[in-house]
Amino acid sequence: MIYRETGQFKTTYASDQQLFPILQDRVFVIGFLVFAFVGVPFLASDYLFRAILTPFLILSLAALGLNILVGYCGQLSLGTGGFMAVGAYAAYNIAIRVPDLNLLVVFVLAGLCSTVVGALFGIPSLRIKGFYLAVTTLAAQFFLDWAFARVGWLTNYSSSGSVAAPPLVIFGKAIQGPVEKYLFVLAIVCVFALLAKNLTRGAIGRSWMATRDMDVAAEVIGIRPLYAKLTAFAVSSFYVGLAGALWGFIYLGAWEPLAFDVNRSFELLFMVIIGGLGSILGSFLGAAFIVILPIVLNRRPSALGMPLSTATVSELELMVFGGLIVFFLIAEPRGLARLWAIGKEKLRLWPFPH
Amino acid sequence: MKNMLRIKAAALALAAAGGLAWAADALAQAKEIFVPVLVYRTGPYAPNGVPWADGFVDYLKLVNERDGGINGVKIAYEECETGYATDRGVECYERLKSKKPVAFSPLSTGITYALTEKAPGDHIVLITAGYGRADSVDGSVFRWNFPMMGTYWDGADILVQHVKTKGPIKGKKIALVYHDSPYGKEPIPVLEALAKKEGFKLMLLPVTHPGVEQKATWLQIRQQRPDYVFLWGWGVMNSTAIKEAIAVAYPRLQMYGVWWSGAEPDVLPAEQAARGYNALALAHSAENDKPIHKDMMKYLYDKGKGTAADKKEVGQVLYNRGMLSAILTVESIRTAMKHYGKGVMTGDQVRWGAEHLAIDANRIKQLGVDGMMVPFHTSCADHGGAH
Repeated sequence: MIYRETGQFKTTYASDQQLFPILQDRVFVIGFLVFAFVGVPFLASDYLFRAILTPFLILSLAALGLNILVGYCGQLSLGTGGFMAVGAYAAYNIAIRVPDLNLLVVFVLAGLCSTVVGALFGIPSLRIKGFYLAVTTLAAQFFLDWAFARVGWLTNYSSSGSVAAPPLVIFGKAIQGPVEKYLFVLAIVCVFALLAKNLTRGAIGRSWMATRDMDVAAEVIGIRPLYAKLTAFAVSSFYVGLAGALWGFIYLGAWEPLAFDVNRSFELLFMVIIGGLGSILGSFLGAAFIVILPIVLNRRPSALGMPLSTATVSELELMVFGGLIVFFLIAEPRGLARLWAIGKEKLRLWPFPH
Repeated sequence: MKNMLRIKAAALALAAAGGLAWAADALAQAKEIFVPVLVYRTGPYAPNGVPWADGFVDYLKLVNERDGGINGVKIAYEECETGYATDRGVECYERLKSKKPVAFSPLSTGITYALTEKAPGDHIVLITAGYGRADSVDGSVFRWNFPMMGTYWDGADILVQHVKTKGPIKGKKIALVYHDSPYGKEPIPVLEALAKKEGFKLMLLPVTHPGVEQKATWLQIRQQRPDYVFLWGWGVMNSTAIKEAIAVAYPRLQMYGVWWSGAEPDVLPAEQAARGYNALALAHSAENDKPIHKDMMKYLYDKGKGTAADKKEVGQVLYNRGMLSAILTVESIRTAMKHYGKGVMTGDQVRWGAEHLAIDANRIKQLGVDGMMVPFHTSCADHGGAH
């Protein structure tokens, strides 16, 4: 009834090709962003910012990066945790070795380091496909894990292997409070999500998708696989590396290589699969599912006044979480983003479905 | 098809409900002192995490039941499961922070490192009894960390001094088999310095988390035949190491563990293989007949209020260590009350208490832990106390 594009005529190419062609979508997205930037800082508690919203946003960015690679270009990767680690340790090294560098520059440089490493480990993708590629990216994960645990220079010879981020100062202003950190991360995520959306709509995104759908056919119509695959690896690694730097600097503050182990890679891959392959929105939904749901499940019994022991609660959390993953994948194998799309279609027909 | 649609509809509804269900936190009561308990009762470290957590919680319960709290102020507590993972530990810290806690005992050196960055801003004391950052003993730099009872640097030094009594160690070879985490890496700088000073050769053999796969490590030990093996393991890694030692016929008499590698869950699964193996004790062992244990039975377990599933657990090594951690927390609060008056303490006040802790032999007897603790006192400069 309300959600219907009847009467919205497109008279120029620009209006037809805009990001959200339907007025209601535009209003909703802008309203949502205004709420996230202006409303949330007044409403949410410290805990919500520090323990839920900030990690959710950072991991969304990482999932977005992985989605570019897996969802848009069809190259399965299990090295995401390793690339996050590259971003985090690169940011650490740049920040301590070049003091007084603007934090934003540090993060972008860290992303670029990760880009180089990612493109390097993407080279086998030119010869290897599918599950075999997943195994080679797993090698990247283990190699990077090893490097950060063993090469002393990378951790500035920290005896415990744990490194701590220097104070976060940007344009002379310290980012300390939970709200500032949240807004900082939110701004970065918004910029890069918009960039990703436009990349995937453009020529480069179409070349990725053509490669994903059928690489031989893509080659025949003139897409260079070398270019398409390596750009996908590069762009994806940039996002993942940037997310890694944010994870270390903004969320953890101090970290050891274990924070970016192979479990992190799996977790991100699950986010992408559950959220929806080849969807920007799906990366956010998947991250919300994997990051927030376990915490909500863990807190639910005590919030409802059920006196369960900690062990029972943790095991219940795992069981319900696993059950929900299975349920959602049976209900919609194409992920939560597809469920969202179905919901929107239903809304268009409401209240007179035919 | 119809069913599928229904499932899809259910999934949609569930997702919507999940988005909406967001309940506000129940606030902690203002008349109580809140002590958060970070635990791991699940995962690969649970066999070691459970007794520690039970000991910690039991002591808080005992203070409430037996004494009616600390000087009449009851202790509120809440457990939070970390699974020994740093990011989950940080989430727990943020979750429990809203309840105005005074002191955290993270029971993980990795989480301690992460919280060391956060605690000063939030004015929360970190009591890391027998673990944590060894360098945080220096209270002038680490104002909020209290690594009481002994650090890993102490532990490494004691082990080297001990093997020195068995004969000169110049030219000998010592292997450190360690958990590849901040915990396992803590003793390395001290051992390296001692290797230079005493003239022995140090082999560093890391074991990846969780430590069930150590074949390669012990193969190296078989080839290199170090004169001593120091074990710096945690959880399932310890019993695996002892079993692997027998597989490569490495004499257990030359193996020494740190105090986290010498509890019941570490040696019992290895059965006969563990015979002859030595581990440091953190001033206490598996005492179970002290007055405090009798109180535990009388006030908690006889009334069915104990935390442990089996009351045989009371008095195990890690149970006792968890209990001692809780005792140090409670004593810090008590010391703060002596100075600031009886009431609900803040983090700053408890920090003062932890910095002016003076536990003498008399006090140890009063606490009912005679022989499980050495007298010590902390100061602004020395947050460790036991030096």
